[in-house]
Amino acid sequence: MSGHSTYEFKNPIARWVDQRLPILSVVRGQLVDFPTPRNLNYWWTFGGILATMLVIQIMTGIVLVMHFTPHTSMAFDSVEHIMRDVNWGWLLRWMHANGASFFFIAVYIHIFRGLYYGSYKSPREILWMIGVIIFIAMMATAFMGYVLPWGQMSYWGAVVITNLFSAVPVVGDYIVQWLWGGFSVANPTLQRFFSLHYLLPFVLAALVFLHVWALHVTGNNNPDGIEVKSEQDTLPFHPYYTMKDLFAILVFLMVYAAFVFYSPWYLGHSINFAPANPLSTPAHIVPEWYFLPFYAMLRAIPDKLGGVIVMFSSLIILFFLPWLDTSKVKSLKYRPLARQFFWLLVIVCLVLGIAGAQPAQGAWLLVARLATAWYFIHFLVILPLLGFIEKPKPIPASISEAVLGKAKA
Amino acid sequence: MKTITKMFTALGLAAALFVAPAHASGGGQKNAEDYDFSFEGPFGKFDRAQLQRGWLVFKEVCSNCHSLKYIRFRNLTEPGGPELPVDVVKKIAAEYEISGEVNDEGEPITRPGRLSDAIPAPYPNEQAAKAANNNALPPDLSLIVKAREGWYYPWYISPFIKLFKGNGGAEYVRSLIAGYEDPPHGEEKEGLNYNPYFPGHWIAMPPPLAGEDVEYADGTKPTLIQEATDVAAFLAWASMPKMEERKRVGLMTLLYLGVFALLMLMVKKSLWSRVEH
Repeated sequence: MSGHSTYEFKNPIARWVDQRLPILSVVRGQLVDFPTPRNLNYWWTFGGILATMLVIQIMTGIVLVMHFTPHTSMAFDSVEHIMRDVNWGWLLRWMHANGASFFFIAVYIHIFRGLYYGSYKSPREILWMIGVIIFIAMMATAFMGYVLPWGQMSYWGAVVITNLFSAVPVVGDYIVQWLWGGFSVANPTLQRFFSLHYLLPFVLAALVFLHVWALHVTGNNNPDGIEVKSEQDTLPFHPYYTMKDLFAILVFLMVYAAFVFYSPWYLGHSINFAPANPLSTPAHIVPEWYFLPFYAMLRAIPDKLGGVIVMFSSLIILFFLPWLDTSKVKSLKYRPLARQFFWLLVIVCLVLGIAGAQPAQGAWLLVARLATAWYFIHFLVILPLLGFIEKPKPIPASISEAVLGKAKA
Repeated sequence: MKTITKMFTALGLAAALFVAPAHASGGGQKNAEDYDFSFEGPFGKFDRAQLQRGWLVFKEVCSNCHSLKYIRFRNLTEPGGPELPVDVVKKIAAEYEISGEVNDEGEPITRPGRLSDAIPAPYPNEQAAKAANNNALPPDLSLIVKAREGWYYPWYISPFIKLFKGNGGAEYVRSLIAGYEDPPHGEEKEGLNYNPYFPGHWIAMPPPLAGEDVEYADGTKPTLIQEATDVAAFLAWASMPKMEERKRVGLMTLLYLGVFALLMLMVKKSLWSRVEH
């Protein structure tokens, strides 16, 4: 499925260029002729949506940097300068802030799509693992970006999260001081977060390139989870999927725009409109919504180091998923029992998200602990066992058979 | 699926029932009184006359203790705001004395304010502000409507209420200003005043308005609640001076994306109708 297109360019200049640097035939082979399973549903459009969001974030971010001042005494003011004085500054700022949220909405859907259709299974393990790295890099980028406006929640979020590293035995305090560039979250912290927040998106872009490369070696998984067997199973990427993806991207952008223009700070925290004040701790320090499930896990464990280990393990465990799932069948379409557990996992993650927004006490703490336990039981116990217990439904011999079968029915 | 779903629904409901009352009563917080400001909703705009009245209340009363540092005099003339005439605002600006600059000999000078100046703060620094106010710092009001919330609903409805009604910052300001009460059970706290809308109920700011504090040029009767409403609207504008532009551009953007999406849907449908999938 990979390799160069054998296409001969008719235009003499195009042919001349392509013989020396086959960039045109690579584009032709990978983005135009690329054989794509014909049965992909709309859940497969989120890859394109994510690429769009990354481009929007980088473009708005580059212009925002032209007007932002990364200094504790000026950062908050410079954001207000962007909001009030810079031409279209309010639009750039709200596109960027809400862009982060919608980037995460898309990535969560993309990840759960992978979980549902078994997209992490052989031969796509590396594709999946690069995806997990992208997710972690995204979280680091978003966290540091939220610190930059230097509001109350920016500051206190940074204090809480950087303090986690002090849980590391022996060297914890040194690590934290090294992260801070001093003895507290202060100007050196803000400046290094700014530097890294500018660097990481380009690392992300490089990781996305590897992710797409790995995808184009194995080809897409599909809702039936059967590998492509013949050309009959596929359609060229263009125009079939370019046009379908573009439609989905536009619908996604409409929801995004509704928030940017009509509820731009709905997904944020009101208290971040107050400048950072190290002397006044907010009543509730809560991270952005997309971190809430992990925050719930962190606080579910009574021990600080334990909480940090559990939180990071919830991400690390995803690297081992291709081997934890013992079933030969990829798509949950043909795994009735695994499907139930999938939806239970979705609910558990949502519950963790809600619990993460509540004070960690009483019934919520209990809920968070049960949900955290189930998250790990799902991956470490249920998935390995299901492969042995479950009797999958009969699987069609090929994608074209599955498609034709649907047409007849 | 069914059994698991049922089990979980039951568990979730039990948790909700157990947690919700505790959470709702936790702060003992009183919801701001709901009020339909003209600027609410996707098509809402500021009421110019109201913003001008609110500016008067701010200038005559609030600005004695509170700064409004992100607003410049020119903002008062700009579209989407109070839209006061330029010559009027020039005169207002000139009434203020701007300090902090030096002349060519390096000596500190003061000069009359200009359109490009930020509205001067009442105190030279935080310490002076605290010293003059019983050791409580009057916050800058430029972002107060965005930085405060008016609703305290339980977690399972709060997100929906906020989606349709916003955070209630303007309602909070309006309720707070007009909502001072006598403390319950005759309780008293030195230097603090009782206000059920303030988080914790005891606020350092004495009741700022009593009614008849200003004389409105447009003949509106300056009752306490009228003044509170007007100044809340003015501060909402100060928090989001680009709101009208934002909503206007939003409508055009959504229309553009909608038509584009519809066309792409037709392209997609006609393409895919030729192949089985």
